[in-house]
Amino acid sequence: MARTPEGPPPPPVVQRLRIRWAKRGRLRFTSHRDFQRAFERALRRANVPVAYSAGFSPHPKISYAGAAPTGTASEAEYVEVGLQERVELEPVRAALDAALAPGLDILEIVEAAPGALADRLEASHWRIELPGVGVGVAEAAAEAFLVAPEVKVERLTKDGVRTFDARGAVARLGVLDGSARGPLDDSARGPLDDSARGPLDAPGAQREGREGPCAILDVVVRHGIPTVRPDDVLSGLRSVADLVPPEPPRAVRLAQGPLDEATGIVGDPLAHDRDAVGASGIPSTA
Amino acid sequence: MPVESVFPRLEPLLTQVQKPVQYVGGELNAQVKDWDACDVRWALMYPDAYEVGLPNQGLQILYEVLNEREGTLAERTYSVWPDLEGLMREHGVPQFTVDAHRPVGAFDVFGLSFATELGYTNMLAALDLAGIPLEAKDRDESHPVVLAGGHAAFNPEPIADFIDAAVLGDGEEAVLLITDVIRAWKGEGSPGGRAELLLRLARTGSVYIPRYYDVEYLEDGRIRRVVPNTPGVPWRVSKHTVMNLDEWPYPKQPLVPLAETVHERMSVEVFRGCTRGCRFCQAGMITRPVRERSITTIGEMVDAGLKATGFQEVGLLSLSSADHSEIAEVTKGLADRYEGTNTSLSLPSTRVDAFNIDLANELTRNGRRSGLTFAPEGGTDRMRKVINKMVTEDDLIRTVAAAYGAGWRQVKLYFMCGLPTETDEDVVAIARVAKRVIETGRQVSGKRDIRCTVSIGGFVPKPHTPFQWAAQLDHETTDARLAKLRDAIRADRDYAKAIGFRYHDGKPGIVEGLLSRGDRRVGKVIRAVYEDGGRFDGWSEHFSFDRWMACADSALADEPVDVSWYTTRERDKAEVLPWDHLDSGLDKEWLWDDWQDAVDEVEVDDCRWNPCFDCGVCPQMGTDIQIGPTGRTLLPLTPVGR
Ligand code: SF4
Repeated sequence: MARTPEGPPPPPVVQRLRIRWAKRGRLRFTSHRDFQRAFERALRRANVPVAYSAGFSPHPKISYAGAAPTGTASEAEYVEVGLQERVELEPVRAALDAALAPGLDILEIVEAAPGALADRLEASHWRIELPGVGVGVAEAAAEAFLVAPEVKVERLTKDGVRTFDARGAVARLGVLDGSARGPLDDSARGPLDDSARGPLDAPGAQREGREGPCAILDVVVRHGIPTVRPDDVLSGLRSVADLVPPEPPRAVRLAQGPLDEATGIVGDPLAHDRDAVGASGIPSTA
Repeated sequence: MPVESVFPRLEPLLTQVQKPVQYVGGELNAQVKDWDACDVRWALMYPDAYEVGLPNQGLQILYEVLNEREGTLAERTYSVWPDLEGLMREHGVPQFTVDAHRPVGAFDVFGLSFATELGYTNMLAALDLAGIPLEAKDRDESHPVVLAGGHAAFNPEPIADFIDAAVLGDGEEAVLLITDVIRAWKGEGSPGGRAELLLRLARTGSVYIPRYYDVEYLEDGRIRRVVPNTPGVPWRVSKHTVMNLDEWPYPKQPLVPLAETVHERMSVEVFRGCTRGCRFCQAGMITRPVRERSITTIGEMVDAGLKATGFQEVGLLSLSSADHSEIAEVTKGLADRYEGTNTSLSLPSTRVDAFNIDLANELTRNGRRSGLTFAPEGGTDRMRKVINKMVTEDDLIRTVAAAYGAGWRQVKLYFMCGLPTETDEDVVAIARVAKRVIETGRQVSGKRDIRCTVSIGGFVPKPHTPFQWAAQLDHETTDARLAKLRDAIRADRDYAKAIGFRYHDGKPGIVEGLLSRGDRRVGKVIRAVYEDGGRFDGWSEHFSFDRWMACADSALADEPVDVSWYTTRERDKAEVLPWDHLDSGLDKEWLWDDWQDAVDEVEVDDCRWNPCFDCGVCPQMGTDIQIGPTGRTLLPLTPVGR
């Protein structure tokens, strides 16, 4: 007969935290699994009283929202944690942020109000920089994409190549001119930029000022199965308009949340919790 | 002069490779020091993939020891996989450190830690990517000093042409010594160039500089002698031994990677050295004498390390952790301290005795008892006398009975194949042992679903051990013996299902044997393999035996020696061994006598609990055994995650 753990069952969840975090700079190359391990260690280092499940291998009560793909940056990743003791939000936010490597940054913590967070994450707002691609070329490609009733793309998954429509999920696709602003110049990147880069890469790590055009795609994608990712949008642009960026594109997720279909604006998924209970950190402004 | 980060050039390549996170650094507790504020700069490499190299304790210790020093910086670099190597060559991106992505060629020292010889081709790949000439003789003042350390450095002769220097033994004080020599030399304006710097290092008596030694050969291929060719260079180079481990409580801030690695835990070394005297064990021979860390320091390091990392598991490391004089107090103290915190403790120990099981029971008080590992190493009592593993089959059966009786469901047994004097019967006997284990387990547990796994690999004779003279078993015979064992295990259906069988074929062992006991002529083989595309030889999917043999055939064509000369040939007492000028402290006479005792099946007792058996290390190195008990106890602490 299997042995069972001795002692009382683990304490119940008394508070749930919803956390918005960012993946920046060179740490955009972390995968979802990498973040999970780092986050769970950070919870221990920061002494956060996480609730655990019962059993021989108790696991912490943590649920992760759909992660930005490896290699893409994000200002709007979400995770929810169940606690066995109540905590003050700001000290926990600061302690968690300090316990994670710079570049994985805890931006905001709110206490969860009723209602599932996952249900509110209807769409993502992405910004995709295309260094070396002129705005005109990008605009033409975007137009061809938007007028197509369907754009089939292929993605290599662990079960083989999968074919699906990338067009239907795109709620908005605009093109901005990044070259005038010096697209890869940190100073112009404002809040999107990799504020973590400084201490990590310094010294001597200034991004080389790149010459030439740089179109920026401004895309809103509805979540679905499978969720259409920046790569898929780019595959779509290649198939409808032969757009092949000469340099690897850089994508950053600016926001995730409820989608206003009329305007194509992605709202703040934590607004409801913040109003109902309380928050610590910087509200998402996208 | 500022050194530019290569990251802007590397970054576009990272979107095209597997697991890019391994190349970006940014680990918790990683350090980036100001380049210009330091005058001695080290690039430290573990020449294997990041997932294997990052957890390496030796490298983490040196990284911290060096970075704590003012004016000194250390960064880390690891082998890049072939996908990135191809892109780096195409785009002209050099071998880089993961800390600040600085080019390895810009550092003063490029230090490589070799836990195994199978990293040699990866060293050549890294040198080439770094833009450092492969052969030491082609380097000038603009290139780093290429320095080898780690266990394989106790015979660095096969890589003597590629390295500028080697350090034997503990690295903590050695890296500081080398730093001081370089600092002084640079401070004087680098007089005499590279030759002078290397000469100064050689004259310390404890840094081996291969170029200052000439190797002369006899007509039949054996070495005639190895002689210093420059005044002031010592005839023999000594190993380093750190005494008082309590004064060196490193790593204090263990690195926590973002990428997945082979060990997701923090480790505390509970002692160094081992004098059990297993004759096959190079690690035990070259790390003498035993030096324990005290129970109080261990307790403090565990506490500080957990707080610094957030790891959930702590491993208490050493060559045989159950041998620490206060290990029972350490395990009980830690188990008490972390009870109910989801922090688990592990104690890698394969000792075949009841005490080891008591420790394992203590560490799994409330947890699952899945598997326990024991290492009898030899299949018969006779074989175990030859290797000085002082355990009888009855001891083993009593031990597994205690394990199954305490609720453990699975027992793993480690063995070796190809030991000196071994016959087919010695190996096939393992099947009988495994059946007795299952039979005993079923009796004491009253269950049929208990398991035993037999894990067996080929033995490779190593320098600085009593078996350094022994003939290695050829891979065909090794494989045939393993096949006989497999058939014997499978023969009895009632037991076959309960016994798992894991083995490693004999071919990689032959290459390891060639590199372990090779001399300078083997360097040509390594280079040929590297140039033919050989990399990551420790990985079965990259290792190519045929390539090694083909390259050895052509590279050694003009020599009176070949692969079997290095591997399956027994040496006699008079032969000059390639590493005789490298001093591990062990007295060669004593090693020879111990080799004769092995053949005669005579055992020797541990010097911790018995009189000194005069292996030579303590008087030669001016060291002493440092063991407890101290009688102190662990301080009560409030652990994290309570
Ligand atoms: S010299 Fe004596 S005491 Fe020292 S390690 Fe050797 S046998 Fe043990």
